[in-house]
Amino acid sequence: MLREIYLTTALLAAFGLVGAGLVALVHMGTAERIEANREAATLARLHDILPDGEYDNEIINDTTVLSHALLGGGNHLVYRARLADEPVAAVFSVTARGGYSGDIHLLVGVRADGRVAGVRVVSHRETPGLGDDIEADRSDWILGFDDLELGNPPVERWAVQRDGGIFDQFTGATITPRAVVRAVRDTLIYFDTHREQVFEPMPVDDTDEEAHTDE
Amino acid sequence: MNDTPYGKIVADGLWYNNAALVQLLGLCPLLAISGTVVNALGLGLATTLTLIASNVSVSFIRNWVRPEIRIPIYVLIIASVVTAIELAMNAYFHELYLVLGIFIPLIVTNCAIIGRAEAFASKHTIPKAFVDGLIMGIGFTLVLVALGAMREAIGQGTLFDQAHLMFGEAARGLTVTLIEDYRGFLLAILPPGAFIGLGLLLAMKNLVDDRLEKRAARRAEALREARA
Repeated sequence: MLREIYLTTALLAAFGLVGAGLVALVHMGTAERIEANREAATLARLHDILPDGEYDNEIINDTTVLSHALLGGGNHLVYRARLADEPVAAVFSVTARGGYSGDIHLLVGVRADGRVAGVRVVSHRETPGLGDDIEADRSDWILGFDDLELGNPPVERWAVQRDGGIFDQFTGATITPRAVVRAVRDTLIYFDTHREQVFEPMPVDDTDEEAHTDE
Repeated sequence: MNDTPYGKIVADGLWYNNAALVQLLGLCPLLAISGTVVNALGLGLATTLTLIASNVSVSFIRNWVRPEIRIPIYVLIIASVVTAIELAMNAYFHELYLVLGIFIPLIVTNCAIIGRAEAFASKHTIPKAFVDGLIMGIGFTLVLVALGAMREAIGQGTLFDQAHLMFGEAARGLTVTLIEDYRGFLLAILPPGAFIGLGLLLAMKNLVDDRLEKRAARRAEALREARA
């Protein structure tokens, strides 16, 4: 009887080992590629916002983590673009609270002079067919932010038309664009007041891995 | 128990015992991921691959595993296989992986897979288990794709939208726009559309089965009369 139990346990353990071994092997074989994919996907998104020629640093490694209610609370990764060590733009990963179903994750690029370089949606769960016009693939709406800044239009006009602002809402979906407009505006306000902090050079001993965990 | 002929395995997997239409297993991914053809195809292929790998492994070890611990061992095998497939998809089909998201790890909980391990693979030889996994997977994929095509066509008026996620940039041209400037029919894309669509598919299958049965009965009747 006891022998039976030992045998069964050993068998189960052996299968556990084989299974874990298989997963470990595949992980070792793919980890590098997965990391490269993730970086490429991030770079492609950054490239949509900031064309390659405008900066010469390794933007994907020149990051800092900022935390502020204006960015949506929590920790937010910021990519800094520099040309000959002079700040060109900062791309914030911000969270727009108050979407129609959950948070909307955005990348908001702000040029050093405070103009919007571009905005892109990273992930969202808005209603397909109504709220997802915030995606650049589906409509040009999100491109409407390009080159705007805090004074242009004035702060109180940074809202959807229904709220007296200049930005279109979508037919049947006001909440989604409202959340995005507010997030972009708040990012600009944050940038305006924390400019030094945003472009502060990375501490020398900063480990890249830690900066990337937010992704 | 090695008496199931291949012909029956194929007919069962594709029609008479279809995982999605008859056993009604794996409905969670079926309903959630069938919004577009490409998503449906991606998840269907991943599920098929899992079915084959798990069926073959379960069949391979069927003579050593003790009955008391067979279920945990099946779960272990399926979980390892799915994790390996998830990593591979993340590495080689990154965009599609991002779209399918949580539903790849959730293949582990697709009852169709452990169901086939227990009901078929544990009692049959490796080649038969392989064929069963393949055909069951194809049957499941066909239903997924049919539902995906239905929902995509009605919901957004296209077919094969975002094909490049799966087949690379060259496949961007594959997208078929059925109706220009289609405003979209939201219900088809939302979850209720999936339930209604599956209901229609089930009804259609029952209708066809009914017809076939009646025709067979009539033929038998005619045969009897001719003899008399």
